[in-house]
Amino acid sequence: MTHDHDDGHDHDNHMDPMTARVRALETLLSDKGLIDPAAIDAIVDTYQNKIGPRNGARVVARAWSEPDFCEWLKRDATAAIASMGFYGRQGEHMKAVFNTPQEHNLVVCTLCSCYPWSVLGLPPVWYKSPPYRSRAVMEPRSVLAEFGAHLPEDVRIRVWDSTAELRYLVVPMRPEGTDGLTQEQLADLVTRDSMIGTAFAEAPR
Amino acid sequence: MVVQLNEQGLLDWSDWAEALSAELGSPGAAADGSDYYECWLAALEKLLAAQGIVSGSQIGSVAEAWRRAAHATPHGSPILLENDPGPDGETQ
Repeated sequence: MTHDHDDGHDHDNHMDPMTARVRALETLLSDKGLIDPAAIDAIVDTYQNKIGPRNGARVVARAWSEPDFCEWLKRDATAAIASMGFYGRQGEHMKAVFNTPQEHNLVVCTLCSCYPWSVLGLPPVWYKSPPYRSRAVMEPRSVLAEFGAHLPEDVRIRVWDSTAELRYLVVPMRPEGTDGLTQEQLADLVTRDSMIGTAFAEAPR
Repeated sequence: MVVQLNEQGLLDWSDWAEALSAELGSPGAAADGSDYYECWLAALEKLLAAQGIVSGSQIGSVAEAWRRAAHATPHGSPILLENDPGPDGETQ
């Protein structure tokens, strides 16, 4: 009943064509000195581990707490967000859209997967899926309901279509009962989905 | 990789978004988005070929070398391109 693991050849690696082509591209581009694999690892590490929705949550918590910053964010989100050290790598502009009792905002990229990386990190898989990309526009209320975000009928929904040049950050409404909270405690209530618009900020525990 | 090419000034981000959108919106794209990365690769290859940076056939032959290298590497060892035995070197 023993398996011989020393025969080597039965355990060859098989590389799928997609992986092989990506590896090939990386090889060719780095041989030409056009890319540096170490720099790519650094970029991937940054977006996977260092930049994430916590950046956006800090922006939202500050907007809830500081009226001056909130005004600045409304007027010039790119500058206000950059002042906190969060820059778009491609120099894209940011626009902050604020939820109110009358209006709820939802962000999508109907054509591909443009996303505010600098404040939210990498997009969730569903954000890139064709059903979300089309249904967010056609039937936003049902999409929200499927995410568990039920909006009263009289609340208007605005859908924002991201582009390579302009990315959106939803500023959810500040939950009730959060008057005494610090910005750090407030930021904990701001989920990634609430800044895409598929959820609300969480109630304090 | 795309982010770095953009930072090196070799790839314009709007061109990139346009190319990726075109692939994702093409009639052959999967309705469930399961081929997102295939579309990503196709878009990148087309842009690089259009700019004369790398051609599809160059990518094809190096990809084949990677595949052979993977095949020649025992399971558990890192796959290196140097392990490629060459087009005639495959034993099975």
